[in-house]
Amino acid sequence: MNAFRKDFPVLSENKYAYLDSAATAQRPVQVLKAVEDFYRTANANPLRGLYELSIKATDAYEDARARVARFIDASSSEEVIFTKNTTESLNLVAYSYGRAFVKEGDEILIAVSEHHSNIIPWQTLAKEKNAKLVYLYPNEKGEYSLDEVKAKCNSRTRIFAMAQVSNVLGIPKPIKEYAKIAHSVGAVMVVDGAQSTPHMKVSVRDMDADFFAFSGHKLMAPMGIGVLYGKKELLEAMPPFLTGGEMIEYVTEQSATFAEVPHKFEAGTVNAAGAVGLAAAIDYLENVGFDFIEKTEEKLTAYLLDELKKVPHITVYGSDSYKEHVGIVTFNVDDCHPHDVASILDADKVCIRAGHHCAQPLMQFMKVNATNRASLYFYNTEEDVDRFLTSIKNVRKELGYGS
Amino acid sequence: MDLKEMYREIVNEHNLHPTHKYDFENPTMFKRGVNPSCGDDLTINLKVEEGVITDGSYVGNGCAISQASGDMMMDLIIGKTVDEAKHLAEIFNRMIKGEVTEEELEELEDAQALIDISHMPARVKCALLSWRTLSEMLDENN
Ligand SMILES: Cc1ncc(COP(=O)(O)O)c(C=O)c1O
Repeated sequence: MNAFRKDFPVLSENKYAYLDSAATAQRPVQVLKAVEDFYRTANANPLRGLYELSIKATDAYEDARARVARFIDASSSEEVIFTKNTTESLNLVAYSYGRAFVKEGDEILIAVSEHHSNIIPWQTLAKEKNAKLVYLYPNEKGEYSLDEVKAKCNSRTRIFAMAQVSNVLGIPKPIKEYAKIAHSVGAVMVVDGAQSTPHMKVSVRDMDADFFAFSGHKLMAPMGIGVLYGKKELLEAMPPFLTGGEMIEYVTEQSATFAEVPHKFEAGTVNAAGAVGLAAAIDYLENVGFDFIEKTEEKLTAYLLDELKKVPHITVYGSDSYKEHVGIVTFNVDDCHPHDVASILDADKVCIRAGHHCAQPLMQFMKVNATNRASLYFYNTEEDVDRFLTSIKNVRKELGYGS
Repeated sequence: MDLKEMYREIVNEHNLHPTHKYDFENPTMFKRGVNPSCGDDLTINLKVEEGVITDGSYVGNGCAISQASGDMMMDLIIGKTVDEAKHLAEIFNRMIKGEVTEEELEELEDAQALIDISHMPARVKCALLSWRTLSEMLDENN
């Protein structure tokens, strides 16, 4: 039995086989308690008040920022901006950096396997600026070649945005190599870390990302807190995104000067409890340890893939190697629409995702309407996988097919 | 009825052995309905004579619920007047939203088996696709 499982209320009674952690992780009691403690003992509007309680709230919020900076190996806390989620982080880059620095005729390079949140902001920006959105295409396993990246990164490229790990196919990308290529042509490297940060040690300095976005909820923090890392000199050169309270220095009727980074990008009352929860989730994650996380996920993924491939009428997408999946297994059952498959599994209390996974351009590229996705985290067990397999083996029968 | 029973007893039969799924020559009206987010795709063909639906069919592909719902709908509306069909569409819509009386349910015959979809927000669009397309088509041809 997994020693960490007891910390997760949703998992502790084994009612569900929860195989949808790529959508959102479960939260341990330590995170729930940290959020509650904040509201019980330090609740006041942070960054505003001049009294003790507000200073406590401010400290809790800023300590959380420092915790995040250490977690992703940023050079300073000022490079960490709190947002709602990855989507808001990427929009911040597109609206603020993009609108200030992308001009007509410039190019933005992204991959066809990106999540919609790393496509639409660039699509919108490209349309507005008459810039060109250029796509990278993978082979049938979902792998990109360095040669194609080199061929498509050129002197017109201003932004190269890519997920470190795809939410459909997994497959860790050599971001450090990509960043070198991007920098050699004067482009900035934007990394969507939503699916990598929960599973592997990230160093924004080592990979030399210019911007790095992730969501707290996928690594066990509360919903509604996310992060954008940006290199300080870039953040300082960028105009604000949202404007209003908290992000100003001095305001007159007709003009304003803005606060220093990172507060310039955090308009309005911030989600301090969420940030405190994120810091607690990071503490929890590092206590579990990435060694344990990787080992557990690899063992379970190998087992799930091996067994799933033995079931007739199943197509598994992505790499043949379990190591490349980062806990994500995307598949289809012949003749069965993924929504029906997910409904049958739901009747057995097995939770998987079905649909286009917010990656419709990838679905079009793979020539499928939709797929099923089972995703694992370190708190899953072989028993969860067995429940999934038992249910999957019965799907075609339940949907009226002979076998 | 639990979900697996719903499939076993009603949905699978209409999905795998539909009565009304075939190409149709010279329909008096037809309309295609699509759920872009999941790829459900269904075209309804009707023959309407003096306000009565005398024949009809559908073609398409998608999840079992979207296709079975189309077949059950055809079972219900063929032989009915356009106004009766609109009335049934309205009841079906309310059933899926969980606002329907026992008597109204009876009017839906087999299609009332889909009532549990009202607890599954992600499947509502699947069950409604054929009925929504029908309503839009009848309104456009008024
Ligand atoms: C790769 C990737 N990018 C971006 C997102 C968007 O994350 P959020 O919905 O938390 O903004 C997700 C999550 O679904 C994701 O998997």
